[in-house]
Amino acid sequence: MKQINLKINGIAINVDEGMTVLEAAKKLNIRIPTLCYHKDLCTAGNCRVCVVEQVGRDRLVASCATPAQEGMEILTNSLQVRNSRKHIIELLLSEHNADCTKCYKNGNCELQNLASEYKITNPDFIDLVPYKNYAYDDLSPSIIKDDSKCIRCQRCVRTCAEIQHLSALCVAHKGHEMKISTFAEKPLQEVVCATCGQCVIHCPTGALTEKNYIEEVWDAIADKDKHVVVQTAPAVRVGLGEEFGIEKNDGRVTGQMVAALRRLGFDAVLDTDFTADLTIMEEGTELLTRLKKALVENDKDVQLPLFTSCSPGWIKFVEHTHPDRLKNLSTCKSPQQMFGALAKTYYAEKRKINPENIVSVSIMPCTAKKFEADRPEMRDSGYKDVDYVLTTRELAIMIKQAGIEFSRLDEEKYDRLMGESTGAAVIFGATGGVMEAALRTAYELVTGREIPFEHLDITPVRGFDGIKEASLTIEDALPDWDFLNGVTLNCAIAHGLDNAHHLLKRMDSGEASYHFVEFMACPGGCLGGGGQPIPTSPEIRKKRMKAIYAEDGDMPLRKSHENPEIIDVYREFLGEPLSEKSHHLLHTHYKARERY
Amino acid sequence: MGTKHLRRMDLIFTRDDDYKNLVKDILSRKNEDIINEMMESGLKGRGGAGFPTGLKWKLTSEKPEATKYIICNADEGEPGTFKDREILTQVPYKVLTGMAACAKVIGAKEGFIYLRGEYHFLVDLLSKAIDEFHQICKVNSFDFNVYIFLGSGAYICGEESALMESMEGKRGEPRNKPPFPTDLGYLNKPTVVNNVETLAHAFTILKLGAKDFHDLGVQDSHGSKLFSVSGDTPIPGIYELELGMSVQDFADDFGDGDCKAVQVGGASGFLVPRKRFKETSIGYQGKLKGISLPTGGSMMLFNSSRSMYNVLSNYLDFFQEESCGQCTPCRVGCQQLVKGIEQVKRGEKPAAYLDVLLKLTDTMKVTAKCGLGQSVANSFQSIVENFKEEMIY
Ligand SMILES: Cc1cc2nc3c(=O)[nH]c(=O)nc-3n(C[C@H](O)[C@H](O)[C@H](O)COP(=O)(O)O)c2cc1C
Ligand code: SF4
Ligand code: SF4
Ligand code: SF4
Ligand code: SF4
Ligand code: FES
Repeated sequence: MKQINLKINGIAINVDEGMTVLEAAKKLNIRIPTLCYHKDLCTAGNCRVCVVEQVGRDRLVASCATPAQEGMEILTNSLQVRNSRKHIIELLLSEHNADCTKCYKNGNCELQNLASEYKITNPDFIDLVPYKNYAYDDLSPSIIKDDSKCIRCQRCVRTCAEIQHLSALCVAHKGHEMKISTFAEKPLQEVVCATCGQCVIHCPTGALTEKNYIEEVWDAIADKDKHVVVQTAPAVRVGLGEEFGIEKNDGRVTGQMVAALRRLGFDAVLDTDFTADLTIMEEGTELLTRLKKALVENDKDVQLPLFTSCSPGWIKFVEHTHPDRLKNLSTCKSPQQMFGALAKTYYAEKRKINPENIVSVSIMPCTAKKFEADRPEMRDSGYKDVDYVLTTRELAIMIKQAGIEFSRLDEEKYDRLMGESTGAAVIFGATGGVMEAALRTAYELVTGREIPFEHLDITPVRGFDGIKEASLTIEDALPDWDFLNGVTLNCAIAHGLDNAHHLLKRMDSGEASYHFVEFMACPGGCLGGGGQPIPTSPEIRKKRMKAIYAEDGDMPLRKSHENPEIIDVYREFLGEPLSEKSHHLLHTHYKARERY
Repeated sequence: MGTKHLRRMDLIFTRDDDYKNLVKDILSRKNEDIINEMMESGLKGRGGAGFPTGLKWKLTSEKPEATKYIICNADEGEPGTFKDREILTQVPYKVLTGMAACAKVIGAKEGFIYLRGEYHFLVDLLSKAIDEFHQICKVNSFDFNVYIFLGSGAYICGEESALMESMEGKRGEPRNKPPFPTDLGYLNKPTVVNNVETLAHAFTILKLGAKDFHDLGVQDSHGSKLFSVSGDTPIPGIYELELGMSVQDFADDFGDGDCKAVQVGGASGFLVPRKRFKETSIGYQGKLKGISLPTGGSMMLFNSSRSMYNVLSNYLDFFQEESCGQCTPCRVGCQQLVKGIEQVKRGEKPAAYLDVLLKLTDTMKVTAKCGLGQSVANSFQSIVENFKEEMIY
C-alpha cells in the first residue's frame, strides 16, 4: 500500500494511504477529541470538535474526515485549535440541558468528558435551552429519547440506517430547528423501531438511553412476600466485567456475577442458558419436523427455511418489514421468555411457591427484550412471564449502588433448578452460536454420532462476517431419520439487520436458498447487543466473542441435549419437545406491524 | 446617477440565432483546445467559490471513470437574486451549449439542471429548449442528454455537495471535502457543477475567443458579471457589468445620492461602508486590493435611513433558518449571534459582548463544514465593525 509521510505536532510519521489525520494522530498516541465519529459508522464530520490546524491553510480541517496527505503538517493543539474547540464545546453545551447530576449518563458521557477536559466553567454563550421546545419520548418500553440531551451528531441516525437498515430515526427540519426525529415525529413506539438499542450504545450523550427498571427491581427485592428470581443471558457474563475494568480471563465474570446477584438479594440466581438449551431442543425438533414434512410428506404449506426467533429485535424487524416471512419464523419463544413461562409454572410447582408471588427478572444484553417481555402474548404462565428486564448496564448500576466491590468477589455457582447449562447455550451470545448449538444437537439426534468437528467447534459458522454460510450432508442417519440420508442441509447466518435485509433479499430473489437461517439483530449477535456496556467497537466485540467461545470450551457439557436439568424438565413437566405443554408455554406467534 | 462610470455589457442576454453552428463547431474542436480557451479566458465560477472553470473541466477530464456528469446549478437561493432565472428564460440555449462543451471535454453523457423548486414555472420552457437541443446533439452525433431536477427549496441545496445529496434522494446536507465533486460527485462519479451564468459565459468565450473575455476586467477578475441591484436605488434590476469596478463608481451610478453602505454578495457577502467605497473593488480576491464576490452577485444599497442593526438581524435570521443544521459552529453559532445582538441591543448584555461574538464568528469561519457557515462572518464582521454604534444604541 502507498505510504504517506506527514508531520503531526512536528513528529514525522508515515501511514497507509487512505488513513485519516485522526487515525494517524492516534498512531502517535495523540488523542484528538471526537463526538460524531464512531468506528462502526461512516464519517459524518458534523460536530467539528476534532478540528486541527493544517499548516498553510486558512481554515481548520476536521481530522476525522480528512485523509492524510503527503507533506501535510498538522497541529492538534495550537492556540487556534484550542480556542476553536473550546468554542465548539461551549456551543454544544449552550443548546444542551446540561444538568449532569440528574442525568442517566452522568459518568459515562462523551460530552461530559469533553466539558470536563476543557473546563467550561464560565461559558460565554447564552443558554438556548429555554428557547427550545425539546421533546421527551418515554413511550417505548425499551428506549427513552430526550432531545434536550441531543448534540445532533447523527450517530443514532447512521446506526439505524447503516447497521439496522431501518432508519427509524432520521433528521428533521433544518437550521436552528434541526433535530433527530422519526417518521412524522411519531413516538419511537409507533415507528419501525426494532427496539434493538443500537442507537443507544452509539449515542455519545444521554439523549438515547434504555428505559431502566432499577427501582422496580429494588422494590421487588425488598418485598418480603416476593420470591424474586433472576436469569442471566449468555452475553452478559462477557460484557459486565467492562463496567468494572476487569480484563483478566478475557473479561469473563460468570462466577462473580452470580455472587453479586446473590448479594443484591435475589432469591434465586438462575440462568437463561438453561432455556437456551431448551430452545435448542424445541427449535431443533421444529426444524427436523419441518424438514420431514417438506421432504417426506411433500407438504406445500410447510415453510422453509426455518428462521431462528431468539432475537426480539429481529422479530420486530420481520413484523414491520417482511410480514410475508412471518411463517418462516420458528414459533419458539426466546430463551428469556421460555424461562419466564417456566419460572411461574415448573419452577413454582417444584419450589412450591405461589406463582403470584414470584417476580421474574432478567438480565439481558438487549433492550429489545424489554419490549418482548411486554408483548401481550408473553403471559402464558397466567402471569406476566418476565416482570422486569434489566440490561447489563442496569445490573452494573445496581452492583455499584449496593457497594459491592465486584472485582474482589469470589466466584459462585448458579442455583439448581433452571441454573444448569451447557457450552451450547453460552454461544447463543455470539453470531452463529444458535446455529452451532442446533447443529451439535440435531446432527447427533439424526445420526447418533457427534458432529464431526474437532472439539465440537464448528468454526465455519463463527466470526464476524456479515453473512456466513455452511452446509452439512447427512449420511448414515438413524432409521427414524433415514429420509435425510444424502440430504445437504444449507444454513446461513446474518447479524445486524442490514445484513439480515441483504440475506432476505438474496432469498427473495432465489439467488440463495437454505433450510435453516440464524438471524441476530445486533452486530456480533447478543454480545454486541444494545444493552451491553458502552462504548462498543469492533475490537470490544471481538474480545467478547473470544470470551464466549472460551466459556463454551471450559464447560464440561457442550451439547444441549446432555443438560441433566433439560432431561429433567422434559421428564417431569413438559413431556417431550413440541408437546402440547411445550406448545402452550414455550411457543408463540407473530403479527404484521405497520411500516412507518 | 445613470451610467456615468461603469461600462454596461450585453454579452449574456444578446440573442444568438446562430448557436446551432456554434454547437457544431465546438463539437468538432479538440478537447484540449476547448480547455485551453477556457483557461486562457480567466473565467471563474459565478456561483460562489470563484473556482477557475477551465481548471475544473480539465481536472474532471483527466479522471479515468467511464461515467461522469455535468450539473448546472440553477438553485439560485440567495435572497434578491434572480439573474440565473433570467438567463434560463431568455437564453437557455447558451447554458445548454456550455453544458455540452463541458460534457464533451470531460466525457459526460448525461447532464442535469438542478432547478430551484420555486422556478417550476420554467420547466415547460426549459423542456422545450432541451428538446430542441437534443435534436442538435443528435444531428451532430453527440450522445448527450440533459434532464431537469427540481429542487426542494432549501437554500443549502445550492451548495454543490448538498445539491448532489439531494439529487441522490438524501437530505440536503453538505459533504466532507475532500473528496471534491470532480473526484467523487453525483453517484460517486466525477462531476462538474457549474453555475448557470458560468455556463452562459462559456458560450461567449467559445464563440468570441478567450481574449475578448480576458480583456475585460482586471487581474484575477476577468470578464463581465451579472449583478442583481436592489435596495435604495432608483434603478433596481439586473445589470451586466465589467468586473473590477470600485464600489464608489457603483454607488455613484446606482445609488440615490445618500448611499451609506453597499452589501456586496448578499447575506454571505461583505458590507462596504462609504469610507471604503474608493479603495474597494468588486471582483475575486487576488492581488488586487479588493474583496471577493462570495455569492451570486447581489448588490444591495443602503441609504442613511437604514438601520444596519436590522440589516444584520435579517441576515442572521436567514442563516439560522437556512443552515442545514448539521454542524455545530453554524447551527449553534447562528443562534448565538441572533440572540447575542438582540441582547446587546436591549442592553441585557454589555457592548463588549460584541467582541465575544466577533471571536465566535472567527471560529465559525475556520471550523464550519461548508461555505454557508464559513461566510456568516463576512457580513457579521463587516457590519459590526463598521456600524458598532448602531448595534448598541
Ligand atoms: C450555502 C451555499 C449556497 C450556494 N448556492 C448556490 C446557488 O444557488 N447557485 C450556484 O450556482 N452556486 C451556489 N453555491 C456555490 C456552489 O457550491 C458551487 O460552488 C457552484 O455551483 C460552482 O459553480 P461555479 O464554479 O460555476 O461557480 C452555493 C454555495 C453555498 C456554500
Ligand atoms: S448528556 Fe452528558 S453532558 Fe448532558 S447532562 Fe447528561 S451527562 Fe451531562
Ligand atoms: S440522539 Fe445521541 S446519537 Fe443521536 S444525534 Fe443525538 S446525541 Fe447524537
Ligand atoms: S432501537 Fe434500533 S431500530 Fe430503534 S431507532 Fe434505535 S437503532 Fe433504530
Ligand atoms: S456550515 Fe451550516 S450549512 Fe454548512 S454544513 Fe454546517 S450547518 Fe450545514
Ligand atoms: S469527530 Fe470529526 S467532525 Fe465530529
